[in-house]
Amino acid sequence: MKYVDTEQVHKKMGSRLLANNLAKTLFFLATLFGLVVLIVLIYRVLADGLSWINMDFLMNRLSTDPERAGIWGAITGTFWLMLVVAPVTMILGVGTAIYLEEYAAKGRVSSFIKTNISNLAGVPSVVFGILGLTVFARALDLGSVVLAGGLTMALLVLPVVVVASQEAIRAVPQFLREASYGMGATKWQTIKNVVLPAALPGILTGVILALSRAIGETAPLVVIGIPALLIPVPDGIFDKFTILPVQIYYWTIDSALVAEYANLAAATIVILLIVLFVMNSIAILIRNKFQKRY
Amino acid sequence: MAKSSVQHGNKTLNVREIIQQKKKSRSVNNYTEKLIPKILFGIAAISVLTTIGIVLTLITETIAFFKDVSFIDFFTGTQLKPLGENAVFGVLPLLTGTIISTLIAMLVAIPVGLMTAIFLSEYASEKTRKALKPLLEILAGIPTIVYGFFAFTFVTPLLRSFIPGLEPTNILSPGIVMGIMIIPMVASLSEDAMSSVPNAMREGALALGATKLEVTWKVVVPAAISGIIASFVLGISRAIGETMIVTIASGSSKNFTFDVTQSMQTMTAYIVEVTGGEAAAGTTLYYSLYAVAMTLFVFTLIMNLLAQYISRRFREEY
Repeated sequence: MKYVDTEQVHKKMGSRLLANNLAKTLFFLATLFGLVVLIVLIYRVLADGLSWINMDFLMNRLSTDPERAGIWGAITGTFWLMLVVAPVTMILGVGTAIYLEEYAAKGRVSSFIKTNISNLAGVPSVVFGILGLTVFARALDLGSVVLAGGLTMALLVLPVVVVASQEAIRAVPQFLREASYGMGATKWQTIKNVVLPAALPGILTGVILALSRAIGETAPLVVIGIPALLIPVPDGIFDKFTILPVQIYYWTIDSALVAEYANLAAATIVILLIVLFVMNSIAILIRNKFQKRY
Repeated sequence: MAKSSVQHGNKTLNVREIIQQKKKSRSVNNYTEKLIPKILFGIAAISVLTTIGIVLTLITETIAFFKDVSFIDFFTGTQLKPLGENAVFGVLPLLTGTIISTLIAMLVAIPVGLMTAIFLSEYASEKTRKALKPLLEILAGIPTIVYGFFAFTFVTPLLRSFIPGLEPTNILSPGIVMGIMIIPMVASLSEDAMSSVPNAMREGALALGATKLEVTWKVVVPAAISGIIASFVLGISRAIGETMIVTIASGSSKNFTFDVTQSMQTMTAYIVEVTGGEAAAGTTLYYSLYAVAMTLFVFTLIMNLLAQYISRRFREEY
């Protein structure tokens, strides 16, 4: 008895191979699609914005006149925002990670906190804006200032830092801890002097990625009420402020009225993308340079 | 110096004194050792407090909203006119806006993302994968505001040259751009799922004479299906919560329609519009913000929990 009808197999072979090759091409084109969009997007932004970037654009304050408008206020605002987000999210994120990895018993409490953090990561950023508006801007009566925006952003990017720090701490091999205990060190001394220094590159990578996420987020700050009006350049964390993405937002929607605003938005996008590119490169650099394999 | 003594400052200590000193420093240490875990627990609790804070603010203000507007009117109302004397609060225009934009986004993201994942995991050489994957990840790292700009100033004008009836702000263009934004997420999560299918299964099918396409479609994809579906669900959740692209490119008309060439508003865009100025605390308009945010929060929470459930419950163990 014949188990395989060779004739049938041969007859179908051609179409099966053809289908395979067609599918391969299709899959490849699908992969290219994303990259083509990326190229078009970057080309469009550069074409619209590049010629508008000069020292005046960087150093000028906001103005309704497109020729004189600059982004110095947004750059300063972004800087102040980072000054709040970085320490807050680092302390909260690394502290949570140390607790979960080193102290928490593997039980209900720690798995509850872990589930909570992964759910927090999925909450839309605009909802964080509502939280910031209600709790920081209104209930604590801070108003739409750098501190309120910074605390909101710190909570928003917290899961990124927690997860990165957890991974970094987990990657520190057990024998380093045991050696430290063997020398008579206590648990906290071991964590402070052995685990954290060894995990630092991973933690820093996470913090920089979290900051770059915070720099690109728009919705929470718009919800908190960053004004579209011309505001003075902020001097501290209790001042009203604006940041690059919010500036892009207002210029983009106003470009229907004044066409040049689209160029200003594109120019600001170029600056924003450069900042993000530099930050991500630093993160990758740290990871590659200091990553130890035990 | 005797064996049993040690120099401390300019004083030589004997063993007893050393022990005593050790005890003293240990009691300080003991104190820190007991305190530190408590501080760290407090810090870890802040993430939980954040969630509680979100839920509490949303719930209290939503309850205040439903004192003014009936629950049924809110969820069945096809009209949303939040301003003026006779304000009407029906959430359906926002819900359809959100669902339609999400559908369009997933029509782009699911096929392209899955095909990208298949190419990277099954067809691409190690070298190609290493070159293409970081490039795709750049796409995921671009701020949504940049995609909003792209949708508004490039994709919409481009689409309008094909579709004459397309309005300057419409739900189609932000939907497509949102899909493009989600492609890397779907691709990378699906690729992870497919890469974890053991090679023995592929080799078994290949040995039986299957083509690569047949191996992929009949062995690898079914084996990785839980991870793939979880990536789709997470993509949907992402699309529901996406804010800036729709705020910029889909306009603020609260149309109750299924026509994708029209301007529509999503829940997220409504939140941005209402907070963007006029809502004075205590008004129904102000409370409607929280009711909409609550609806949005519940939707995305269900999606996220569903994704976690699917990938945990239906994970194939090899």
